[in-house]
Amino acid sequence: MNVLLDNFALFREGFVGTVELTLAAGLIAMVVGVLMAGCRVSPVRPMRLIGGVWVTVLRNTPLTLLFFAVVLGLPRFGVVLPFFTLAVLALGCYTSAFICEAVRAGINTVPVGQGEAARSLGMNFGQTLSLIVLPQAMRAVIPPVGSTLIALAKNTAIAGSFSVVELLGTYRTLNELGYDIVVTFMWIAIGYLIITLTISAVFRLLERHLEVTR
Amino acid sequence: MTSEDPLVVLSGVNKHFGSLHVLRDIDLTVARNEVVVLIGPSGSGKSTLCRTINRLEPIDSGTITIDGRPLPAEGRGLARLRSEVGMVFQSFNLFAHKTVLENLTLAQIKVRKRSKAEAEKKARELLARVGLADQAPKYPAQLSGGQQQRVAIARSLAMDPKVMLFDEPTSALDPEMINEVLEVMRTLAVEGMTMVVVTHEMGFARSAANRVVFMADGQILESRTPEEFFDHPETDRAKDFLSKILKH
Ligand SMILES: Nc1ncnc2c1ncn2[C@@H]1O[C@H](COP(=O)(O)OP(=O)(O)O)[C@@H](O)[C@H]1O
Ligand SMILES: [Mg+2]
Repeated sequence: MNVLLDNFALFREGFVGTVELTLAAGLIAMVVGVLMAGCRVSPVRPMRLIGGVWVTVLRNTPLTLLFFAVVLGLPRFGVVLPFFTLAVLALGCYTSAFICEAVRAGINTVPVGQGEAARSLGMNFGQTLSLIVLPQAMRAVIPPVGSTLIALAKNTAIAGSFSVVELLGTYRTLNELGYDIVVTFMWIAIGYLIITLTISAVFRLLERHLEVTR
Repeated sequence: MTSEDPLVVLSGVNKHFGSLHVLRDIDLTVARNEVVVLIGPSGSGKSTLCRTINRLEPIDSGTITIDGRPLPAEGRGLARLRSEVGMVFQSFNLFAHKTVLENLTLAQIKVRKRSKAEAEKKARELLARVGLADQAPKYPAQLSGGQQQRVAIARSLAMDPKVMLFDEPTSALDPEMINEVLEVMRTLAVEGMTMVVVTHEMGFARSAANRVVFMADGQILESRTPEEFFDHPETDRAKDFLSKILKH
């Protein structure tokens, strides 16, 4: 019990770090993921190609490798960013590939006639997607996006190995201070649970809200 | 009513789906105010022909012009053209997440850039015209098939189209609802709307069409007045086809 109370500031700092990483990377993942899903269903071939390559590369690269690529690679191009930003970029882009596929799967649940009707009324691709197809895809998209963001929250732990303050990394300090490692990890696990259960709850609310408005 | 004032002109149109040649050298001219009924066996390419007219299906060769202008390729020009060509689908395709009123106003506002008030006024007028003034706040799923199809027609009309395409608009309907939809279409025809209608409703073809175009295997085999076609079909394919649908 004392582990938590004695080191509350340390835990809190780590917890806040993980929450910040999750929120910032989640935002990037959502925006980029939806854009890439739009690319993948676009009538323009080069756009589809970009979306396809983005997903294939990012989804098939181990996240740790991606971290190395960003941390070691970007400085070579003269891009010098704080570790936190680099971590957010790596996590956000990686997760965007999974969001993209979840959104695309959702788009495929909407009958093609909906898009055809929109286009035949003169709506352009962007209008058709944003006004007609995506709103109807939402219901199918919400659950897998929730799972993806929960995975993201846990994946932020990798950032700890790249000098970013986050929840899992607190164990190193505490271990050096001589606290029981098992108890330490238990508190860390509870910290992650708080975050992931919150994400679950938010998405369950969203899901229920969409059911009501139908 | 002759081709003196051509509105839709297809010439030498070919279309393949993979190795399947679904439209073979189609030449078809639809005059302004003309009502053309497309008829033919299932799989003969009627839907595809209809869909090429607003480029929901791109063609492989040939030209299509609407009101003198060739169909633009994908992009802003195409979107503008599509807004001038109304399309009514067999499966209605009303926007499931929008109310009836929103179904009629959305494209007016987003495509035609009309104000919300203006769009709603027009929408309510059209709903009244198709006999559904009281259904405005409902969602499509709350309507019968016949009502949904009338809403779909009104939705197309809201864009003030130059021509309306109907792809088997009554085929998905229960028999008792077919007439309410045909009645709306008949009124449109009388008012001078240019229409291309894929249908097997012979009563409608006889009473409303200026011309019947018979298709088989991706080709136009006959193009004549309803009386001539139904009473004295020329080709064996047409005779065979008519004998089959008349039995039912
Ligand atoms: N999207 C498509 N992909 C492949 N084949 C298609 C497609 N749409 C239609 N076809 C084929 O093209 C032919 C003509 O179809 P269609 O125009 O729907 O005929 P109809 O409306 O006269 O029944 C059919 O053999 C059909 O199977
Ligand atoms: Mg058909």
